[in-house]
Amino acid sequence: MMTLNAFLIVAAILFGLGMAGIVINRKNVIALLMSIELILLAVNTNLIAFSYYMNDIAGQIFVFFILAIAAAEAAIGLAILMVLYRTRGTINVGAMDTLKG
Amino acid sequence: MIVNVLFMFFSALLLGAGLMVITVQNPVKSALFLVLAFIAATGLWLLLTAEFLALILVLVYVGAVMTLFLFVVMTLNIDPASLRQPYLKFYIPLGLLFTALLGGLLIYALGHTQSPFIIYAQSMNPASTSNVTQLGTQLYTEYALPFEMTGVLLLIAIIAAISLSLFQPFSSKHQSIDAQINVRKADRLRTVK
Repeated sequence: MMTLNAFLIVAAILFGLGMAGIVINRKNVIALLMSIELILLAVNTNLIAFSYYMNDIAGQIFVFFILAIAAAEAAIGLAILMVLYRTRGTINVGAMDTLKG
Repeated sequence: MIVNVLFMFFSALLLGAGLMVITVQNPVKSALFLVLAFIAATGLWLLLTAEFLALILVLVYVGAVMTLFLFVVMTLNIDPASLRQPYLKFYIPLGLLFTALLGGLLIYALGHTQSPFIIYAQSMNPASTSNVTQLGTQLYTEYALPFEMTGVLLLIAIIAAISLSLFQPFSSKHQSIDAQINVRKADRLRTVK
């Protein structure tokens, strides 16, 4: 039951959920960031499953780096979100059309 | 046997929480369901004997990143009703279609692949070395340079986040303490003869 394929299928469904979240919540920047976190979680689960079943620690090293970079990405994304809200008063993606010709 | 039960439980919890994250309209509830998804993923990672990363996921993600998310969500005072999409009828079937296509493709591909890894499905850790020891040994020898570069990247992220949020825009209403303290009588009072 607890096979590599089972883990990969769970991660694939989670990846699909994250992608569907990006399509469904395309107006809300916070929901987009959380969907990206779901996708990263699916990828990390894949890497750890491969690391376990191939008996190789390198997958976990990759997950370590991905976690660090995802934390930096979340911090900067939320900082940009704060600045966006202060200047525009909304976090609606549809309102970000200043560059539209 | 209990491992299989735990795997089923944590997988169901992970997928259910992930589904709630993208469907709940309230951002606070969405963030809390994301916390639940992270905790379920921690259970799965513990089953895969990645103890260090599982604990890091709880400490860094649930403890720091999701707290930051909740802080921002509560600071921004978002009205969830204002973010309802008018195009929802069109995009929900499209999103579900893409998800079904991707998920179906992945599951189909996995079902038709001979997995050569199953024979290694033993515990990675001999009793003598812990997961932390293995990870640390690799991290500080073979991956020492990427490790230090990650540290520099985090420093850059700190500087970027602070400098992004440090400068107030001119439109925001806030007290100017210096001007209030240094105000003189002549600035406020005009004598009309």
